[in-house]
Amino acid sequence: MSWLKPLLIALALLGAWQTVVFVFDTPPYILPGPERVLLVWVDNWVLIAGHATTTVLEIVLGLVLGALLGILTAVTMAFFRPAHSWLMPVLVVSQALPVFALAPILVLWLGYGLASKVAMAVLIIYFPVTAACYDGLRHVPRGWLDLARTMGASPRSVLRHVQFPAALPALASGLRIAASVAPIGAIVGEWVGSSRGLGYLMLHANARMQVDLMFAALFTLGIFAVALYFALDWGLGKLLYWHPQTAR
Amino acid sequence: MRAPPTVLLKDVSVVFDGFVLFDGLSLELGAGEWTCVLGRSGTGKSTLGRLVVGLDTGTRPSGDLHDERGNPLTGRVAWMAQEDLLFPWLTVIENVALGARLRREQAPERQRQAHGLLKRVGLAGIEDALPGTLSGGMRQRVALARTLMEDRDVVVLDEPFASVDAITRAELQELAFEVLQDRTILLITHDPLEALRVGHAVFVLSEVPASRLTPVPVEGTPLREIDSPAVARAHGELLRQIAGTEG
Repeated sequence: MSWLKPLLIALALLGAWQTVVFVFDTPPYILPGPERVLLVWVDNWVLIAGHATTTVLEIVLGLVLGALLGILTAVTMAFFRPAHSWLMPVLVVSQALPVFALAPILVLWLGYGLASKVAMAVLIIYFPVTAACYDGLRHVPRGWLDLARTMGASPRSVLRHVQFPAALPALASGLRIAASVAPIGAIVGEWVGSSRGLGYLMLHANARMQVDLMFAALFTLGIFAVALYFALDWGLGKLLYWHPQTAR
Repeated sequence: MRAPPTVLLKDVSVVFDGFVLFDGLSLELGAGEWTCVLGRSGTGKSTLGRLVVGLDTGTRPSGDLHDERGNPLTGRVAWMAQEDLLFPWLTVIENVALGARLRREQAPERQRQAHGLLKRVGLAGIEDALPGTLSGGMRQRVALARTLMEDRDVVVLDEPFASVDAITRAELQELAFEVLQDRTILLITHDPLEALRVGHAVFVLSEVPASRLTPVPVEGTPLREIDSPAVARAHGELLRQIAGTEG
């Protein structure tokens, strides 16, 4: 019954929202009620779905590329000591510079299309994935490495059969954070410059005072973001069948 | 028939940042025998074990380590530690065959061998269980099967039964003694009774730095009964030596 509580919370929030609209009688161009948003969502679902496809693609591509890049960086840092001192500044800069500040430049360089948004999502998840994976690789129990050594394992074999599985729980935490922040990158990118996507649709609707459509787009994004997180969490739980804290 | 080597440590010195742990230490591990080294924490027991296995000791030891013909021991020593070091993501049988997995030997006879060894340590039927579901004693049995699977002539046991209860420990000692026959064994332990049960030769590391080790005389041959008079007599002497006061 783990789904019951989130469902109840969602229903309670919807109820509160409806109450606010009812009590204060807010005009629909300031705060539309849930019923109205639902109607607009149904009326415009083709439009919303079209834009959502773009945003989903940006987020998923960003997540996949960012995760691969992060894992690759972590492995490089863990295995070539000198690489650590070279890559660490890059990592810190990637995290310290607000992605909002870089967005205009990335759009200028990579254009209005998919690439600039994917780049933004990659940038935002690069640090959490790399840091988590690196930590995991560094903290493999020494006894396991010693044992593998006495068994004559090659460094590649140790990476594949010992270090990587041992680092997986840590990497999983990084990936969960990545899944929850990747949408930020994509939406910011769409706000700065785009012709498609849910972020674009929201800006557009806002400018035309279609606040109900804006809400409909926002909910679509929220539902997808939550679904993405739980899908990833579920998949990681399957992969970590042996890990008491995450197994399912 | 297996012909295990005699292992010779000659004039081994280990220095950590000016702190001398071993100063010209010499020790002979008799061919096919159990040599037990006792000592308190901090006397370098584990370092001695790691040295023989060829693991990193955190410093550069000097001296000689070879068999009676002068050949190096590289690749001929198996290691079993106090922690069972089972990989939680592998099943029991996969853990037993870990060495084959790490070296990419995918031969089916290795699989059969792993099943046979699991049966030999009394764990047939739990091949597909995950280590997380097993008791401490069962986990050490799996670790023992994994050590046997490596099929090395020399085996270093570094306090392998320290973390299980007394009854389980006694059972594991008997089992290990039986299945590790015809191999040259170095058993590192802090338990005098364990050393007296299984040891052909018993040494005590009591001084730092350690240089010359003299065996503690124990009558009879292993496996000795824990309540035999020989064990009882040697027990007191051992405890005195471990404590560092000559008896």
